[in-house]
Amino acid sequence: MTTNGEMKGWRAALAAKDFWSGVVFMAVGTFFVVQSRNYSIGTAMKMGPAYFPTVLGALLALIGLALVVRAMIKPSLAVGRLAYGKVTLITLAIVLFALLLRRTGLIVALVLLVLMSAYASRWFRWTTAALLAAILAAGSSLLFVRLLKLPIPLVGPWFGG
Amino acid sequence: MELFSGLLLGFQTALTPVNLLYCLIGAFVGTLIGVLPGLGPAATVAMLMPASFVLPPVSSLIMLAGIYYGAQYGGSTTSILVNLPGEASSIVTTLDGYQMALQGRAGVALATAAIGSFFAGTTCTLIIALFAPPLAKVALHFGAPEYFALMVLGLVASVVLARGSLLKAIGMIVLGLLLGLIGQDVNSGTQRYTFGFKELMDGIGFVTVAMGMFGLGEIILNLEREGATQRVVAKITSLMPTREDWKRMIAPILRGTALGSFLGILPGGGALLASFAAYSLEKKVSAHGAEFGRGAIEGVAAPEAANNAGAQASFIPMLTLGIPTSPVMALMIGAMIIQGVQPGPSVMTDQPALFWGVIASMWMGNLFLLVLNLPLIGLWVRLCTVPYHLLYPAILVFCGIGVFSLSNSEFDIHLMALFGVLGYLFAKLECETAPMLLAMILGPLMEEHLRRALILSRGDPMIFLRRPISLGILLVTTLALATAVLPAIRAKREEAFKDE
Repeated sequence: MTTNGEMKGWRAALAAKDFWSGVVFMAVGTFFVVQSRNYSIGTAMKMGPAYFPTVLGALLALIGLALVVRAMIKPSLAVGRLAYGKVTLITLAIVLFALLLRRTGLIVALVLLVLMSAYASRWFRWTTAALLAAILAAGSSLLFVRLLKLPIPLVGPWFGG
Repeated sequence: MELFSGLLLGFQTALTPVNLLYCLIGAFVGTLIGVLPGLGPAATVAMLMPASFVLPPVSSLIMLAGIYYGAQYGGSTTSILVNLPGEASSIVTTLDGYQMALQGRAGVALATAAIGSFFAGTTCTLIIALFAPPLAKVALHFGAPEYFALMVLGLVASVVLARGSLLKAIGMIVLGLLLGLIGQDVNSGTQRYTFGFKELMDGIGFVTVAMGMFGLGEIILNLEREGATQRVVAKITSLMPTREDWKRMIAPILRGTALGSFLGILPGGGALLASFAAYSLEKKVSAHGAEFGRGAIEGVAAPEAANNAGAQASFIPMLTLGIPTSPVMALMIGAMIIQGVQPGPSVMTDQPALFWGVIASMWMGNLFLLVLNLPLIGLWVRLCTVPYHLLYPAILVFCGIGVFSLSNSEFDIHLMALFGVLGYLFAKLECETAPMLLAMILGPLMEEHLRRALILSRGDPMIFLRRPISLGILLVTTLALATAVLPAIRAKREEAFKDE
């Protein structure tokens, strides 16, 4: 499925970058148009809050449609393999950091963020990652909490801070 | 002479010890991120934005500007020494720069890049000082229809000059405009697309989006492409160009500067296109054309002068019209707004110290870069070899804490994560995110000017064609769009990016 240019017909079209770009644009455009029905549209002279987004949403959906049609008639490159594992790991690391920041405090949240995200690299070693986490934890505590006085606890309520 | 009194005021502002310090910090940080592969100026400016809010507006803009042109300097170092561009705008420099390094002329290549950049930076500072004030004066007469037309031109031009599919780029712009409309509607107070999140009332923060797309998204992309080999750094011997070298670099530097200054003013042009175009041009006109790709000094001099000129020239539309031409300029405009400075032509008359101070600081910054960077080359070489797997967790930490500090809210961190994933997906779909960010910032402004223009004309859209300036701008827009669609010019456009 990932090789370029070998597939023919509709299978190729369904794997194409153009096709999926079109799908995304159509979905987002339609969403904005539908959602705008909750707001007042007004007139060209006295535009309501729905006017501009409705026009733009419809335009985006049309561009999306054009891309889907183009993908069907003209072959284009396939999207290719997505790095699901790495996307998930990095995203989870950040989301976890946000959730823990005020609960465990900066130090634990930051160490987890560094260890989890570093694991996504092929060069990952526990020792270097732990060292990096320690340096960044010390540096950030000093810079952001002590000097810049951001309202983040170093040790949060979960650990009695 | 207004020019001289302006420049005098500018140097008075830029030469205060505090501003000199921030100029130096900016230039230094810029070089640093230019040298570190995988960290671009847009992500860095976004990360440092929260920290810059504690500074006075002039100092913060001087520092952020320094980061931008400093990155162009630093980017060339890795291109030459490790064959890896530190910045996208230094991609073409790898072609001849690394070849020169292999021939034991790494020092000369670095010196050529520095001299070319300095000359371009100095010339461009003068060009800005010469052309920005008259442009701002014209723009003072602009009304709502003119501003709307100007923004349409800005967005269309950013599409025309971008690489890849035109249709997708236009789609990304419309998407950006829509995202910009999220939040409270200024006129009616209606909450649009906020779904009850009070954090979305003021709209999606562009710093959050920039950190997500250019910080996180880039990291995931880089990890996907992570190579199995470590970098090898070329050795530096003599820095001094020979007499023959000097003779061969003069004309390319002049041509690169001219081309870069011109392309930098155009929206979407900036440093990237400037460097590619300068390399192609030089290859055609140079007497040593056959040597290109095998260590021709012209192939380093021209694109390095051009990318620096392009980076600085993009300040002209930003300072005079308040129109961003690149994501970094968009971030600078955002910084101005948060600092309480209303971007636009009135900046020059209302805040002359800020306007001229930033311009004068650019020249100071370029001087710093020239005198500091060649002696510090040993430090930069060592930084080139910092492995990416140690760098990106640190970037994530700074993005996480930085985006939290914007409004002390975890919501922004989640939003950043979302835009990180989106940035990665759009890159896989070959949808450019830079025009999207521009459009996101311009979205609310465009709606506002459109509404005002149509109230002015009682709902008649012909107002845009009846006002001469607005008509002129829209004609140029149509022309730009037409050229992008015409097959002959389309081929030229692809060719400009082909040497990669």
